[in-house]
Amino acid sequence: MPDDTLGRPFGVPARREPVLPNGVLGMLIFVATEVMFFSGLISAFVIGKSNALGGWPPPGQPRLPVEETAFNTAALLASGVALYFANRAFKNGTPNTKRLLLLSIALGGFFVLFQGAEWVALIGEGLTLTSGQLGGFFYLLVGTHALHVVVGFIILLYTYRRLSRGDLDGFAFWPAQIFWYFVVGVWPILYWQVYL
Amino acid sequence: MAEAGTVETHGAHTHDAHHEQSFWSKYIFSTDHKMIAMQYMLTGMAMALIGGFMSYAFRMQLAFPGETVPGYGLVSQGEYNALVTNHGTIMIFWVAMPVLIAAFGNFLIPLMIGADDMVFPRINRLSFQIFLLSAIILIVSFFVPGGGFGGAWTAYPPLSSTAEYSLTPLGSTLWLVAVALEFVAFLLGGINFITTLMNARAPGMKMHDIPMVLWMIVIASILFMASVGPLIAGAVMLFMDQVVGTGFYDPGRGGDPILWQHLFWFFGHPEVYVVFLPAMGIVADIICTFSRKKLFNYKLILYTVFATAIISFFVWAHHQFVAGIDPRMANVFTITTLIISIPIAEMMFLYIATLYGGSIRLTTPMLWALAFIAEFLIGGITGIFLGASGSDIYFHDTYFVLAHFHYTFFPIAVIGFFAGITYWFPKMFGRMMNPILGKIHFWGTIVSFNCIFIPLFVLGIAGQHRRIYDYQNFPDLALAGLQDLRVFATAALLVMLAFQAIFLFNFVYSIFKGKPAGKNPWKSNTLEWTTESPPPHGNWPELPNCYRGPYEYSVPGREEDYWPQDVPPDTAAAE
Repeated sequence: MPDDTLGRPFGVPARREPVLPNGVLGMLIFVATEVMFFSGLISAFVIGKSNALGGWPPPGQPRLPVEETAFNTAALLASGVALYFANRAFKNGTPNTKRLLLLSIALGGFFVLFQGAEWVALIGEGLTLTSGQLGGFFYLLVGTHALHVVVGFIILLYTYRRLSRGDLDGFAFWPAQIFWYFVVGVWPILYWQVYL
Repeated sequence: MAEAGTVETHGAHTHDAHHEQSFWSKYIFSTDHKMIAMQYMLTGMAMALIGGFMSYAFRMQLAFPGETVPGYGLVSQGEYNALVTNHGTIMIFWVAMPVLIAAFGNFLIPLMIGADDMVFPRINRLSFQIFLLSAIILIVSFFVPGGGFGGAWTAYPPLSSTAEYSLTPLGSTLWLVAVALEFVAFLLGGINFITTLMNARAPGMKMHDIPMVLWMIVIASILFMASVGPLIAGAVMLFMDQVVGTGFYDPGRGGDPILWQHLFWFFGHPEVYVVFLPAMGIVADIICTFSRKKLFNYKLILYTVFATAIISFFVWAHHQFVAGIDPRMANVFTITTLIISIPIAEMMFLYIATLYGGSIRLTTPMLWALAFIAEFLIGGITGIFLGASGSDIYFHDTYFVLAHFHYTFFPIAVIGFFAGITYWFPKMFGRMMNPILGKIHFWGTIVSFNCIFIPLFVLGIAGQHRRIYDYQNFPDLALAGLQDLRVFATAALLVMLAFQAIFLFNFVYSIFKGKPAGKNPWKSNTLEWTTESPPPHGNWPELPNCYRGPYEYSVPGREEDYWPQDVPPDTAAAE
């Protein structure tokens, strides 16, 4: 009987192993809430689009840069892929982890900077928060996502610091990854809805 | 934030159990779940007093229009709107939620599953701090230029989004910020509740050994987390309409005011069940203890709760039948709304079946629990008239609606709270509450509660609209007979508020001078009754094991009529 070897009296129940570690479960619940938050934003946008009287995009407004953003989308997706391979390297204990994580962080930073440049150009063309429904929804949706990218970027930097100090464990790495995958994964949907 | 982040990413916490704590770390910046529960409860009770005082001020204005209200002064039109709005907001977001979910959830979850604390104690502390900040912001919003927000607790734009309409440029923004912060606080709390219940249960406690109250609190948290996202999205848009000057809800600029109603009620209707389920769970545990019977069909109740939670996402548009939605859509939502009364009725019947044939003890908590079932039933039945889109066109925004939801929210927030606090008071403070004062308070509150709201049903059927400052300007509503009903309801409110003084006295007196309770004064089964009252820091010297379900009362062949969850089976050695 395994109970005997652990020194427990007969019939005492064993402590259960949680299906998911605390950090992972907590982050998953948080991400589920975020999914609902973005669903709210996107459905509001879809309703706003269908309400527009002059068709969508509204006439007389600057066009959104579809091709440049497609390139930027690819950069963000690549960041997610890099993080996935960083995790595999981390599990195998290969030294590539550091380089791949750094690549992922750099691509994430590039995404934000590229988007910032895009925003500056659009504001120059007269698309602002108050210029109409397109401007309002564009900055609301893309801005909310950008805020999430920045938060994810900071979390990944923190993860990198712990990795380079050598005290990163799976309990800390997994939740950070879940958040970043969410940030990466929600972007193509936004791109499809807002830009295309 | 950095601290909380580390705890979260570490995924585990170190619990330095037995050392002396300074005043600050013990009472103010505590990470102990029991202390955080107390903080939530006392903040919620203080907010309940503020919300009750508001109802006193505007009810006096309705009964005696234009006269000075003792203790408040003259109620102006703008103040009247602000009082009504914030009474609703406070009672739902700063009383029902913190007390039922946060206070009882924090106190009960670790104690009932045999854990030493929540899994993320510092996120828990952060949750309360954000909640406290939100409460302070809400109170501050009353004292800024322009006064508090007066656009109703549902905050429909364009009244809420345009300062020229609401006349409260600062008040409405602060109101919105306070509500948003409150949601963040409960988001953090909800993550904690769900994770703790899933991962930190005592050895041997299986899914179906969890006390029903914990299931209901956690399902309510799940419901809250799943529904709050769209509302936060809507709130961000409303905030930008107010502050930045976007036009998301402004029809003049291509926006859609109805959009807010959808986003709000997509959250707002599940929210009813978010506060309803914890109260229902508290009642489940109390009726089992005091009828000395097993909960009738535990699994059926559990699955019914899941069904309720899921259906509650498909009923929201029944708040918008007169907002110009498509009548075909109104039909669909009528059907879903009537369907959701089935699981609720089922739970009621299962509770009554639990009572049937039990040896019922009419203690104070049991009286509250029985009153909950009876009063909520009235709220549920009147809801059927409102859920049907045809009759709702007549009843919409009348006092019938108002009386209906007070018959749901009062049992939830007030009766549910009193049931829970009188039941777990011995565990929280180690002393018993005075049963005679408790029963006087019970009867005084219940009788006067019905005297307040039954006249309001009548007024609503007579066509009295909500949110009107003075009915004397409407010839068909200024009739003396109707005014008499208003005065009667207000008088009943005064009686009810006066009876709360008895509770407050009993509460404070019993904390210091009550009869010592011992570990298990009610002879109950669940794990929280196996530790000291009040439980020490760390809850148990040695964490308990769990051997059976929570409701093994009156088991044949046992000397005692209860069988605590942590007692090993007699036949363990024969295994």
